[in-house]
Amino acid sequence: MSTQREINMAEALNEAMREEMRRDPTVILMGEDVGVLGGVYGVSKGLLDEFGPERVRDTPISEDGFVGAGIGAAITGLNPIVEIMYPDFLPCAMNQITNHMAKLRYMTGGQLTVPLTIRSAIIQGRGSGADHAQTLIPWFVQTPGLKVVVPSTPYDAKGLLKTAIRDKAPVMFFETAKLYLNKGPVPEDEYLIPFGKADIKREGTDLTIVAICNLVLEALEAAKELEKEGIKAEVVDPRTLVPLDKETIINSVKKTNRIVVVDNNPSACGVAAEIAAIVAEEAFDYLDGPIMRVATLQIPEPVAPPLIKLMLPNKEKIITAAKKLF
Amino acid sequence: MEKGLHNEISNEKLVSLYREMVRVRLFDDKMGEFYARGLCPGTLHLSTGQEAVAVGVCANLTKEDLVTSTHRAHAHTVAKGTPMNVTAAEILGKVTGCCRGRGGTMHLSWPEVGMLYSSSIVGAGAPLAVGAALSATLRKTNQVIASFFGDGAANTGGFHESLNLASIWKLPVVFVCENNLYAISVSVKRSTSVKDIAVRAKAYNMPGFAIDGNDVIEVYKTARIAVERARKGEGPTLIEAKTYRHHGHYYGDPGTAYRTKEEVEEWKKGDPIVRHRKYLLERTIASEEQLNNIDKEVEEEVAEAEKFAIDSEFPGPEELERFVF
Ligand SMILES: Cc1ncc(C[n+]2csc(CCOP(=O)(O)OP(=O)(O)O)c2C)c(N)n1
Ligand SMILES: [Mg+2]
Repeated sequence: MSTQREINMAEALNEAMREEMRRDPTVILMGEDVGVLGGVYGVSKGLLDEFGPERVRDTPISEDGFVGAGIGAAITGLNPIVEIMYPDFLPCAMNQITNHMAKLRYMTGGQLTVPLTIRSAIIQGRGSGADHAQTLIPWFVQTPGLKVVVPSTPYDAKGLLKTAIRDKAPVMFFETAKLYLNKGPVPEDEYLIPFGKADIKREGTDLTIVAICNLVLEALEAAKELEKEGIKAEVVDPRTLVPLDKETIINSVKKTNRIVVVDNNPSACGVAAEIAAIVAEEAFDYLDGPIMRVATLQIPEPVAPPLIKLMLPNKEKIITAAKKLF
Repeated sequence: MEKGLHNEISNEKLVSLYREMVRVRLFDDKMGEFYARGLCPGTLHLSTGQEAVAVGVCANLTKEDLVTSTHRAHAHTVAKGTPMNVTAAEILGKVTGCCRGRGGTMHLSWPEVGMLYSSSIVGAGAPLAVGAALSATLRKTNQVIASFFGDGAANTGGFHESLNLASIWKLPVVFVCENNLYAISVSVKRSTSVKDIAVRAKAYNMPGFAIDGNDVIEVYKTARIAVERARKGEGPTLIEAKTYRHHGHYYGDPGTAYRTKEEVEEWKKGDPIVRHRKYLLERTIASEEQLNNIDKEVEEEVAEAEKFAIDSEFPGPEELERFVF
């Protein structure tokens, strides 16, 4: 096995789609600029050439229409991947996502299944303004019927996207644009990563840091710094928020007795809020201090770089939160 | 109506159009009665007066062809061939219902006869129809998708996006706008930029027909053009069938706060079932006795569905979390 091969996340995602499209002729890809251009970040490069315009479709700017069409195709025998350029545009399709994609299986008593995967690239912190900056992930976590995936490495991205495409349930797959060029080991042999299995990205005994997406990298950086001060932090990457691997998080807290939860969303009713509530309910007696949240501020994202820095979670904020527990 | 249209409709077909309309009417009447008896969860939207549209279109579809519907879903569901018993049971929220008591009156689905789904989000069914048509095209199934919606839906973004998508991708969709002149209380005159919604087809480079939606024969013939076109891979069509609901928007709405009594009475005179019955009798296509027999047979079918629905159980707690994923 050539496990030493390193590719970047965009390449890993491209491989995942390519392999699944080769394996399953019902897999199609639709979205804005996914075909001729190969995606605004090149994630679907070459797919049009290999699979043709029937299966790789550039769409008009009609998010409501083509997400609805993706659902209509999914309930009638296709296995579509729909790309929404950035999550900020998901609200244009939110009606179809929340009222149909998430619920058709339940509302029809299991007669319809919606094997649709929606991919979207978070561009938080890029400086493009507040409507090109959101993840909106909590909206989807709060919508029963959707699975929610938040990879942080090329390896996870590939294995999870393949699982998402094969999953019969609807999946919201959140990519992070600033991770696309990050390289990491990705085996050439096929592999899948099951949903609902967190990955411990770094082991530690004194503190648990739970983080998602690019914030896993910030958490790892923070853990390195904390180690210099004698604090051994464990970094847990849930990888999927629905289903959520509570067990790995709880077990880690039982070992370390302290937790910082890092979230790329506003704190109110966010991902960190939910994980904090679970820990409070299920591991309260093991805690040596309060559950700390490092989330974005509850404000729209500004454009000025120094203000963005104040708004978003980062290594320094994680370290500050962690130190309060010692 | 276009030249060269096949004017030949067999007598058998003409009689079956009558039967189907009576089925829709009597089924809806029964559901209204259920509602009045306090048996229905939620609200109820009846299609009384609009039967010709669902029936005239569905009579052109095969069992494999698909339909998307709306909050006013019973007519399309019954006309597409969903058994009355599972439909009635669903409307009462029973576990024997087509959606096991999870969908109810506005969310009916029975894919095995092509009743794909009815969405109660106004305008949201059209994108599903576009996707189903894309799927049919890529899987080469030769299915046609009929998407029913109201005049109100024709002002949603989803409607416009869907017409454009179906047009650029040449998909086998028949968009059927049931223009009953009102979206709840708002008259099309106050809500809609054009007199005939069908002219919007032009903007999406597809044929559009504005027709008398209370004339089941005209609906049938027009739908046939559209279905054949779709089947041949020539793309979508928009049909606007002008019609009227005899009841208010929902069961219990007197429908008089925004419509005059005279208007309602005038439209009731054009009842599509009365009209078609007269047509059949005047041309001796069917006898009085034959039609009365049909009425009786349908009454029996409805009575059986009633018994089935009433006797069925509600879902138990073991059903609660099934099919979430
Ligand atoms: C998106 C959306 N907005 C509002 C409603 C509430 N609503 C239910 S039916 C209806 C009127 C629909 O009118 P039309 O499309 O003409 O259908 P009709 O009731 O006449 O059959 C409205 C506003 C809804 N269900 N969905
Ligand atoms: Mg209307």
